[in-house]
Amino acid sequence: MQQKNVLEYIEKTVKEVPDKVAYESFDGETCSMTFRQVYDTARSVGSYLAVGGYYREPVIIFMKKTPRAIATFFGTVYGGCSYVPIDEEMPQMRIDLILGSMKPRLIICEESTRELAEKFDHDGSIVLFEDICNTEEDSGKLDLIRQKQIDTDPIYVVYTSGSTGIPKGIAACHRSVIDYIEHLSDVLGFDGETRFGNQSPFYFDACLKELYPTIKFGAYTAIVPKQLFMFPLKLVEFLNEKKVNTVCWVVSALTMISALGALKKEVPQLKLIAFGSEVFPIKQFNRWRAALPEARFINLYGPTEATGMSCYYEVDREFEEGDSIPVGRPFDNTDILLLDEDRLVSEGEVGEICIRGTALTLGYYNDPVRTAEVFVQNPLNTHYPELIYRTGDLAKYNERGELVFVSRKDYQIKHMGHRIELGEIEANVSKVDGIVLSCAVYNKQKDRIVLYYTGDIEEGRLKETAEEMLPRYMLPSMIKKLDAMPLTPNGKLDRKKLLEMTEA
Amino acid sequence: MDEIIAILKELHPDVDYETNTSLVDDRIIDSFDIISIVAEIDDRLDVQIPAEEIIPENFNSAKALADLVARLEDED
Repeated sequence: MQQKNVLEYIEKTVKEVPDKVAYESFDGETCSMTFRQVYDTARSVGSYLAVGGYYREPVIIFMKKTPRAIATFFGTVYGGCSYVPIDEEMPQMRIDLILGSMKPRLIICEESTRELAEKFDHDGSIVLFEDICNTEEDSGKLDLIRQKQIDTDPIYVVYTSGSTGIPKGIAACHRSVIDYIEHLSDVLGFDGETRFGNQSPFYFDACLKELYPTIKFGAYTAIVPKQLFMFPLKLVEFLNEKKVNTVCWVVSALTMISALGALKKEVPQLKLIAFGSEVFPIKQFNRWRAALPEARFINLYGPTEATGMSCYYEVDREFEEGDSIPVGRPFDNTDILLLDEDRLVSEGEVGEICIRGTALTLGYYNDPVRTAEVFVQNPLNTHYPELIYRTGDLAKYNERGELVFVSRKDYQIKHMGHRIELGEIEANVSKVDGIVLSCAVYNKQKDRIVLYYTGDIEEGRLKETAEEMLPRYMLPSMIKKLDAMPLTPNGKLDRKKLLEMTEA
Repeated sequence: MDEIIAILKELHPDVDYETNTSLVDDRIIDSFDIISIVAEIDDRLDVQIPAEEIIPENFNSAKALADLVARLEDED
């Protein structure tokens, strides 16, 4: 029978390799969990939710990046709810915005995150993982929940940047996640011998690449301590010590290793390097290929709205500086339309990447207006309802028939692997007392966000305030006060002029 | 030392670099900063910090960083 629930992955694997370690983390105390422990813990968490009457609703998971958090995610799904991972590195203001728009009845935290959780603007309950992870399994209730579960029920909600300053919660269901994991695994060739090194935070869908194939194949994931991403040689040594053979990382994590010269001292024993979320500078890319000539390199592309990644390109030729690595072609069962407004572009023309297929997520949680803006009827089909997702990314086909990313349509940028709306930075900054006008621009060459503003607040003071409001990756690397903002003849902020100023 | 503090001040103006000796341990600087620091030291002081020296001990304070730079300059 066709799989309809992501939990079927762990249920099959726990029978095959119950005592194998599934996930391991090393920040602070080492924490490792076998498939049996992940399964039992998840069933306990699910039973706690079922007995407590939490059902078909989002549950906030505010835990450290450990196997315990992953087991809690699956436990939430056992309870028929969806998990919403948040992290202590998110600024409190962003967390409060998420809680305000979602109004969850329950937050699951742990002893080490409890103090922070209690400060949230939250009317619901807070429960400790330590208090619920050994809940006696109520298989009767769990079975009932399972009988009623269908594959279009949501399993998680993850938040991304929104231009109005309010983050958008993207909800995905069993079916789109299964579709993604199956096709991703096919192309990347995961199996029971795969040993992942996880880099992505759990509050992004990027971590699906490790979390789900691990339970599908009985593979292994080492959760790489965040601090190691500051120390390239130690990072490589760690990967080799844990016998990691597969990484699916943002480009900046890979370039940090090569740019700081670590590959010359020690080479990570990787068979597969998947990367994505931003352009790979060719100089750095070639250093990687030279160090690992036998490894497979795969570029991945895709918006969170279409569950994980949508397109892939396996590197099959040399690239020189100035070239860009294609995003290739869609995974099986996903279709890409390149549209100019409502018509297909002709060969070689630039168009907006629009995605159709099972991969589409359910849309933005509690936000029908913004959902309807980008999840729209396929304009090429007027005969029956069919949604496509308009990514806002512009691309074209090269002479080899490969899809190549060109640019963004709007002010959304990719910086350090994160999707950022410059408007969200401005929306937050404009709330600060003393700010008259503000404008954030992105210098792609230098990979720097620069914030210009007018008003009577000092640069240093504004930087401190911004640190309290914005996630680290959204913080401008430079903040400059101006006497007056450059304006276009129409009286709009002259972004082009400001961008030129960043190059000075 | 002054130049090192100037580089660090640009990243986090509010930190007292004369006294702080736990920049890494207290997560004041992160991976974004390490890359900037290594690049700025290369640009402004013409000192290249090799991968094996990019370790927490050398980045925990302005003094440790200044000592490292001095040591690397001597080796040249």
